[in-house]
Amino acid sequence: MIAETLTTQGLLTAFALTGLVMLLSEFVSARLTRGRIHGSAIAVLAGLALAWAGGSLTGGTKGLADIPMLAGVGLLGGAMLRDFAIVATAFEVDVARLRAAGGAAVAALLLGLVIPFIAAVLVARASGYTDPVALTTIGAGAITYIVGPVTGSALGAGPDVMAISIAIGVLKSILVMVATPLLARPIRLSDSRSAMVFGGMMATTSGVSAGLAATDRALVPYGALTATFSTGLGCLLAPSLFFLAVRAF
Amino acid sequence: MPNVIQGTALLAACTLIGILLGQMLGAVLGIDANIGGVGIAMLLLIAARLWLAQRGWLTSGITTGVGFWAALYIPIVVAMAATQNVVGALKAGPMVAAAALAAVAACFAMVALISRLSSPNT
Repeated sequence: MIAETLTTQGLLTAFALTGLVMLLSEFVSARLTRGRIHGSAIAVLAGLALAWAGGSLTGGTKGLADIPMLAGVGLLGGAMLRDFAIVATAFEVDVARLRAAGGAAVAALLLGLVIPFIAAVLVARASGYTDPVALTTIGAGAITYIVGPVTGSALGAGPDVMAISIAIGVLKSILVMVATPLLARPIRLSDSRSAMVFGGMMATTSGVSAGLAATDRALVPYGALTATFSTGLGCLLAPSLFFLAVRAF
Repeated sequence: MPNVIQGTALLAACTLIGILLGQMLGAVLGIDANIGGVGIAMLLLIAARLWLAQRGWLTSGITTGVGFWAALYIPIVVAMAATQNVVGALKAGPMVAAAALAAVAACFAMVALISRLSSPNT
């Protein structure tokens, strides 16, 4: 009966569970790390750990949301509410700061497509891939896990290459979530300008949104604004310009 | 708190229009993807806020109706983290790990470089 209630009230279950995770994370942050590690950083790590537990238990691909009782977590953390909350943070944006960092942000947006693409293409080449379609699809996956499959299906890549491409994108987003709070200081991620550069450079909306949330909530709208353009721009450039470039080499 | 729904409705309208425009932009360019829809929505919301503030129509209800969702941002992101395919990402082969690591390392290095080059106060 409990399981049935939790299942039918999925979104409410997700609110309660997420609230509990946040509460425990704040407690761990304050008591065990004396506030040195943000509660939100611990909460994101706890979320990833729960996703691992959910995936291990069910063998599914949606983490905790594959447990029927906790399917509501998939709604709360899904693209619709995530995008809704990201747009809401724009209400806090200072337009003058946005303008001041505009040029650097656009440069980062373009570099954020080219650099991970080249890095992944080089790794794939070193691993024995030579087909330009496979190389482009793998490189596109290193931009975001949406650019990868969109590019792959546009170019007609095989299912194994598509799977590799998506896996690279997912791993990238998880790495960005975990590494951002750790590396924020050495990369000077501390103000609206650097957050806009960071968002464009990292490209992955999920990685950037979770990474900045774990670092400094005030930076979120600036980073998210540039990052949300990356996937679209990547879907445009990877199967066209980048594919032609790969084929030429 | 009067008119909280107006804030949430404004947020929903901006998000819907942004995503629709992103989808249309994708269709015009011949790809099945959303081109910057969420970013367009953010710019629409910023413009709407400035416009309302200029006219003195930015009520506390509107601010609360948007602000509530902005405040839910971190819990939503935690829920998003909890639904990632972590098992799949960790199980993937060495090539996947090497490619993702190389891409992320190169991007972090570039952020460090750009923030040193472009920062006006260093």
